[in-house]
Amino acid sequence: MPVSTDAQGAKIWQLRNRNQTLTRWAGYLAAVAIFMWCWQRISEATTWFFVWDAPRIAADIGGRAWPPRWSYMEKLWGPLWDTLNMATLGTLLALVMAVPVAFLAARNTTPSTMFIRPIALFIIVATRSINSLIWALLLVAVIGPGVFAGLLAIAFRSIGFCAKLLYEAIEEIDHTQVEAITATGASRWQVMAYGIVPQIMPAFTGISVFRWDINIRESTVLGLVGAGGIGLQLQSSLNTLAWPQVTLILIVILAAVVIGEWVSAKVRGAII
Amino acid sequence: MTTATLEARLGTAWKKPPLITNPALRWGLFIGAAIYIVLAVASIDVNWSRVAEGLSRGWAFITSFFNPDFTSRGSDIWDGILESIIITITSTVVGILISIPIGLGAARNIAPLPVYLVCRAIVALSRALNEIIVAILLVAIFGFGPLAGFLTLSFATIGFLAKLLAEDIEEMDKVQAEAIRATGSTWMQWINYGVQPQVMPRLIGLSMYRLDINFRESAVLGLVGAGGIGATLNTAFDRYEFDTAAAILLIIIVTVMALEYLSGIIRAKVQ
Repeated sequence: MPVSTDAQGAKIWQLRNRNQTLTRWAGYLAAVAIFMWCWQRISEATTWFFVWDAPRIAADIGGRAWPPRWSYMEKLWGPLWDTLNMATLGTLLALVMAVPVAFLAARNTTPSTMFIRPIALFIIVATRSINSLIWALLLVAVIGPGVFAGLLAIAFRSIGFCAKLLYEAIEEIDHTQVEAITATGASRWQVMAYGIVPQIMPAFTGISVFRWDINIRESTVLGLVGAGGIGLQLQSSLNTLAWPQVTLILIVILAAVVIGEWVSAKVRGAII
Repeated sequence: MTTATLEARLGTAWKKPPLITNPALRWGLFIGAAIYIVLAVASIDVNWSRVAEGLSRGWAFITSFFNPDFTSRGSDIWDGILESIIITITSTVVGILISIPIGLGAARNIAPLPVYLVCRAIVALSRALNEIIVAILLVAIFGFGPLAGFLTLSFATIGFLAKLLAEDIEEMDKVQAEAIRATGSTWMQWINYGVQPQVMPRLIGLSMYRLDINFRESAVLGLVGAGGIGATLNTAFDRYEFDTAAAILLIIIVTVMALEYLSGIIRAKVQ
């Protein structure tokens, strides 16, 4: 136990010894220094006049944006339907691709730990670390603007997420059930269908609904880069500074997100 | 499966029990889903000639991954990545600092009802708004640049971290907190010695996770003018400079992998 002595020679208990305290303080100092340096960089890149002016601008925009232009709603049903489709079909497509990847990545079902598992893990990391907007940007450049690009962007982004959660679920299954099915002389596919799939089915449904919920959120903004849906309307309203329309679109997006979350919570509640 | 039904079951083949037991609900869901998929697929018009035309471009992009160009736009890439990292660090730090009091306030077992409701409302608002939409609004208000990105991600961090912290505090062991309270501690001491040690490992883990998320998000904020690598990436795609775009994406993937690895080590250490 680290102990120091005071001026009278009495021993004082301390939580850490001298070296530990010094390292700790050096760490804190470095952290604060890094933060201050970063802040300085941000400050240099900022026009502070605009920032001091911000409350006035915000009040100005707020004044223009209210009340929302409700009559614009009739033009939003189509994009809203597109957004829903991008999220739902994108999730379905992602699941179709994620299931094989998950089985190849799980330690207990992969055919080869040496070669195939690293490839599957790389697919998971690569698709997961690229944001769906970047995927959309890429796909719009490759196959042209439209709902299809957005759908594929959602699908590619979701592969990694679904496959990661699914392969973790596969690795956690109860091995005795698989052994029991194998002992009946079942083939590899039968073991899969009767030993593994029933065990991961609840996790699978939960993951799909969870991802669907996230995808609803993400598909609302994909239109900003030209990939269809309600984001396209948002972009054009912003470009023409039609703030009442922007307010309405934001309200619609908020409602869509809340409904999506409610549905997903209900479905997951029913499963678990 | 009781013995009474066993007699009736003899002689009939076993069938796998379905996931949804109610047959009406099951078939209703099946048919509804089928109708929806047909309608949805029909409403997506794909310009196949454009897609076919794009395939060669897609292939060019994939091959450029094996031959990324880090140099010709080297300074732009470097500046963008540095700005993304700066936004990530500052917004994570500030986000954590703000989300701790809000997380304390959003935990029902330590906060009075009015505080609880206010904090929960902040969390709900922050979670419901997409980062990109917040960024658009903040760019409109504060002007272009990393400040808007920093504010966006700080705001997004609050919703994420405060919610999970509050849930962790609500699940904590009450006995330890009560023991501290019984010594006559002040409220700050109670939080510091009774609550904080219980939630600290998870808070560190979540903060590392959020750092990871913030980096990924900061990579796209540039698309709407909020600073970071996104602007460079967008330009590269617009000019079909796939080799530069591939270089940027590779840097993002490698950084995310490194962060994930680092956060894995740190989380394993504190838990």
